[in-house]
Amino acid sequence: MITFESVSKSYPGGTRAVDELNLEIATGSFTVLVGPSGCGKTTSMRMINRMVTPSSGRVLIDGQDVSGIRAVTLRLGIGYVLQNAGLFPHRTVLDNVGTVQRLLGLNKAQARAKAYEALERVGLDASLALRYPAQLSGGQQQRVGVARALAADPPILLMDEPFSAVDPIVRLELQQEVQRLQAEIKKTIVMVTHDIDEALTLGDKIAVLAPGGVLQQYADPLSILTRPATNFVSSLVSKDRGFRALSFESLTGLSTTELPAPDTAGRIHLPTLGNGFSAEINHDAATVCWSDGVTVRSAPQPIIRPGDSLRTGLDAVLASPSSAALLADHDGNIGSYFTLADLQPLLSKATRVSS
Amino acid sequence: MINDMLSYLGDAANWTGTAGIPARLGEHLWYSFLAVLAASIIAVPLGVFIGHTGVGKVILVSASNVLRALPSLGIMTLLVLLMGVGLLPPVIALVLIAVPPILAGVYAGVANVEPAVVDAARAIGMKDSRIILQVELPLALPLILGGLRGAILQVIATATIAAYVNLGGLGRYIFDGLALYDYGQVLVGAVLVTALALVLDGLLALLARVLSPDRRLVSR
Ligand SMILES: Nc1ncnc2c1ncn2[C@@H]1O[C@H](COP(=O)(O)OP(=O)(O)OP(=O)(O)O)[C@@H](O)[C@H]1O
Ligand SMILES: [Mg+2]
Repeated sequence: MITFESVSKSYPGGTRAVDELNLEIATGSFTVLVGPSGCGKTTSMRMINRMVTPSSGRVLIDGQDVSGIRAVTLRLGIGYVLQNAGLFPHRTVLDNVGTVQRLLGLNKAQARAKAYEALERVGLDASLALRYPAQLSGGQQQRVGVARALAADPPILLMDEPFSAVDPIVRLELQQEVQRLQAEIKKTIVMVTHDIDEALTLGDKIAVLAPGGVLQQYADPLSILTRPATNFVSSLVSKDRGFRALSFESLTGLSTTELPAPDTAGRIHLPTLGNGFSAEINHDAATVCWSDGVTVRSAPQPIIRPGDSLRTGLDAVLASPSSAALLADHDGNIGSYFTLADLQPLLSKATRVSS
Repeated sequence: MINDMLSYLGDAANWTGTAGIPARLGEHLWYSFLAVLAASIIAVPLGVFIGHTGVGKVILVSASNVLRALPSLGIMTLLVLLMGVGLLPPVIALVLIAVPPILAGVYAGVANVEPAVVDAARAIGMKDSRIILQVELPLALPLILGGLRGAILQVIATATIAAYVNLGGLGRYIFDGLALYDYGQVLVGAVLVTALALVLDGLLALLARVLSPDRRLVSR
């Protein structure tokens, strides 16, 4: 548990970076600090590892005031991904990633072995291991920064805009990787971002900060979306708000239609969808290609699983040329499909809940 | 005069004994080495301290300027009068010459390390001694070597005047030659000092290149 007790920070010159912040971050949770540039996100986060000393108030970890813990000891137990990666220009990628283990007393070979593991986790090719940071792209540097923080397996992980310089596809992969890690080993993660979408996707809890370092709302993503506490929060989430809220609705209760048996070529014919659509399932990739037998043959589309959100289901239907999406059951057998009409009742229910 | 010099250099007798060229060269190098070593022992920790903490920057600048303005020959004469003849007065005078460039190099090297890199080192749990040894000094190396190189060249040149207080070194040829109106010998001294300075400078430049490959580009 990380606790902020009426913490404020003013810088000389009068800048109020953080104003009377009260926050309880549960152990094993994923908390995202979100807000516009300059609203005190980095400052707040750096008070956890004593890189910033509060002007007033206290920060506690498991009930212990961090100001009473030796700074070096505290920081070695907290992984930190810096906003600008902050790599050592004179050390190779491998030695950058192994730095914390070396500080913890591992020998060079052990540290390097761990570093290779960490590089793999963040999806960096081992061939980059012997390069220097100046020889990497911005996104690769950020991933090295994430690997360095993960390598020593700290119970607490602080990440300051860790994915801001990577492309959307890699960002999604890294986000999923971080989510998976957190689900698996229950780290306490505190992440800073100014991207509300990223916050809504990743956070169990979201703290919205406004300029001047004033906390607007601290709640789970659905509450932030559906019950914004202040005008500031409403304006932050207003774009696509209704659509985003569907991310938090399940597909439970969805009525579906059973798929007929495939023909000898493995095609499933669905004449009811019009134009004589047929589906070709790729079981390994869990995708489906639709064709109308004349011209259209779609790119591979994802197959929906029971745990997916209403948003994912709706998106799949809207993106499918046949206006239908396939559904797998809990065992992974693909046995049914659904259309927009099937989603209708769920959508109506969702609108009632969120308004 | 050139001929005088060449005949001096060609005479085998001038290459042996305590007044021979190798012996004088050895003395010259020895005083210079002692002076640069002592100056480094003073200036490196001081430069690291000021560069790392930012404390005393103003004092550093004014003290270096004062030191640079001191006339070495005057200092040495004064020190000889105060302390008597011996190794110490000339070496102290040389140390005073060597300290400012070394100090400036170390200070600038450490102070110019990108603040974000130092911040990262601290944030992931390095203590100050580690930050200095593992981050700041390696990154400061090119500037430190530059300062050292300047100090060595100045000391080699100035060590010539150690002969003025009877301590040998290559300066002896100059002072003895002047006393005897033997300008060939004066030229021998001058040429040898210059050659020594050039050779050392080349070696140091090479060392600097080996120790600071282009990877020391700061990222981004
Ligand atoms: N060392 C400092 N000295 C003075 N002012 C500072 C210092 N660090 C931050 N500030 C100020 O405090 C405020 C909050 O800064 P902070 O870095 O926490 O913002 P942020 O929310 O992380 O912004 P960004 O999204 O741009 O990174 C800003 O107005 C900033 O100018
Ligand atoms: Mg920031």
